[in-house]
Amino acid sequence: MNKGSLLAMFLAASTVALILVGTVWPVQSAVAYAGAGSLLRSSSTPESAATNLADEIRMQAWDKAYASLANKAQFTEPEFVHDIIGYDSSLRTYATLESFEIVPLHASANDAEIRIKLHWSTVVGAYVSTRDLHVVKNGDGWEPEWPIVKEPIVPPQVITVNYLRWDVIYRGSGDDWGAQDVEAPHVRIVDMHTVERAEGVVILGELLNEDVVPAYVSVTATLLSKSQSSIATEGSFDKISHLLLPKQVTPFLINFPNVALSEVGSVRMVPSSTLVSASADPVIEIEDQQLNPAPGASLTGQLKNQSGQVVNVAHVLGTFYDKNGQVVWVADEYIDRALLPQIPVPFEIHIPQDLANKVSSQRTVIATYSSGGSQ
Amino acid sequence: MRSRWALLLSGLATVSLMQPAFAEGGSMILPKTVEAGNSFSIQTPGTGGATLYIVGPGQVLKRDVQLGQITFFPAGSLYNAGRYLVVLAGESSTETDSFDVVPASKPAVLSFLAKPSRLPVGLHDGITGAVYVFDAYHNLIAVPTPVSFELSSPSGNVQKHIVDTKDGAAWTVMDSTAQQGIDRFVARVGEISSIRVVGQVPGDPCGLKMNAQQSGQQVQLATDPVRDCNGNAVPDGTIVTFTATYNGSQSTIDQPLKHGIAEVKMSAHNGAKFTVASGVVMGNQIRWEK
Repeated sequence: MNKGSLLAMFLAASTVALILVGTVWPVQSAVAYAGAGSLLRSSSTPESAATNLADEIRMQAWDKAYASLANKAQFTEPEFVHDIIGYDSSLRTYATLESFEIVPLHASANDAEIRIKLHWSTVVGAYVSTRDLHVVKNGDGWEPEWPIVKEPIVPPQVITVNYLRWDVIYRGSGDDWGAQDVEAPHVRIVDMHTVERAEGVVILGELLNEDVVPAYVSVTATLLSKSQSSIATEGSFDKISHLLLPKQVTPFLINFPNVALSEVGSVRMVPSSTLVSASADPVIEIEDQQLNPAPGASLTGQLKNQSGQVVNVAHVLGTFYDKNGQVVWVADEYIDRALLPQIPVPFEIHIPQDLANKVSSQRTVIATYSSGGSQ
Repeated sequence: MRSRWALLLSGLATVSLMQPAFAEGGSMILPKTVEAGNSFSIQTPGTGGATLYIVGPGQVLKRDVQLGQITFFPAGSLYNAGRYLVVLAGESSTETDSFDVVPASKPAVLSFLAKPSRLPVGLHDGITGAVYVFDAYHNLIAVPTPVSFELSSPSGNVQKHIVDTKDGAAWTVMDSTAQQGIDRFVARVGEISSIRVVGQVPGDPCGLKMNAQQSGQQVQLATDPVRDCNGNAVPDGTIVTFTATYNGSQSTIDQPLKHGIAEVKMSAHNGAKFTVASGVVMGNQIRWEK
């Protein structure tokens, strides 16, 4: 018998053995996810009660989660579910709970305060939501009270929208080769800086649509060495508002991880634009914008949807300037809730600690995405 | 062995005696050049039958010919400009020669490239036009041909340049005018013309100005009709940014122009400062005092 046959037999035997071990002595989480058991432990402590609730949310076992609550008489199960995954389609609707942290804040013999940090994963990255639970003792066990946030109800009404819209007809395949196609929008980089951060080189700037038509834009940068050879090429990805209406300005940020500024001789910037169909609505007011100083420096404010259309996903981009008006940082945040008409939704964009003192002013822009259309 | 050599030599002598009759009667008589699409003829020498091949760019003709006669090719037989190889193949040998098919002298098609199709008003040398002149068979006419470029705006303003083609192409540059609108850009060679349109659009807003008035608990901000520095109305949909600053807090709205103006309602705080901007153009500033 050759070595190959021996290896094949060994692998087959190992596989059978591991299947047997997994079947006879399965791990608890596997049993739970298979639906034959539960990850849950006895709610004998406030922490275990909060942990059980978070596990049920992770498994989307809404019936069990709702049944475990001490204050379920205050709201219905659908209200509880919508409070977690959102009423309208939004980032939350398609998010999965990746992990959670339980932080005891206070405890007595009959009640306790527990903070749970829910780490969600979404298509645009991870986000964290925090809820403070009041946990009460009921007999031998503990039951959490869910701090429900009821979504404001938009009253039935008709909102007249006299919106502007651009539609584009491109050249056809049967046209003469010399025939004109629609001109791509003219865009211009109006500001650009290269800075060095701990993680690498970062290029910051602002892009203006100086045309009279909407543009789908992106920016690509190539770092060149002192000998003019290419070091790396990166794009702005989602650190930009891709759809620019006429005379609109977006910030952009391009990361070059693991590159030192001393290696860079020059930078080649390529802004690109495509003419696209677009709508001028919805209009979003960004109100109460406030720069909060360090520690925990941030830009906070509220978004108010002034149109009648529900905005499913909102992306807020903050451009931060020093006292000379130079861009020093660009940061963003995706809003996990849908923007309902006239209902303010808060946002908070974090500013790096070392840059907080340099920031003197800011400008905020918002990109919105609605099912059936985007802006 | 000796008999084999004798057989081979006698065979070669026989083949040499079978040389085609056209070799004895001289060479083919071909035109030096043929205008694309025109009729032409080829005279073959000698007697007997042969096959005539004409091979060129994208075309091959084959004719069975009687040697010593003139072979006619009707109009439209050859239409692609270029060098053509003529092969006269007899039973045992061939003769080759060549001639050129040149583009027809009369222009029939213009390929007109005009760039850009949209540009701001008042731009010097902002519009370029390039023309390639072709005959009816899409052969590039390389002989110098005068091309007239004419850019006319709805206001009646006309710019006209006449340029001779060089190697089949002619080009020019024009200025965009001060007035917005759709201009007609015409390239003409004789009776043949090609038309493109060039949209001249307003430039950046100029003298952006807003006013404010109380509207319930809020203040209504509205711009004057927004125009560029040449007085053209800036198109609807252009974004105007209103900013309110009050007590260290800031609110902004990106509002598109509708019917030439942009208007918004913002919170009316006593002492609030309102500013307006569009793109990189700043407008006036209003301090709100109740």
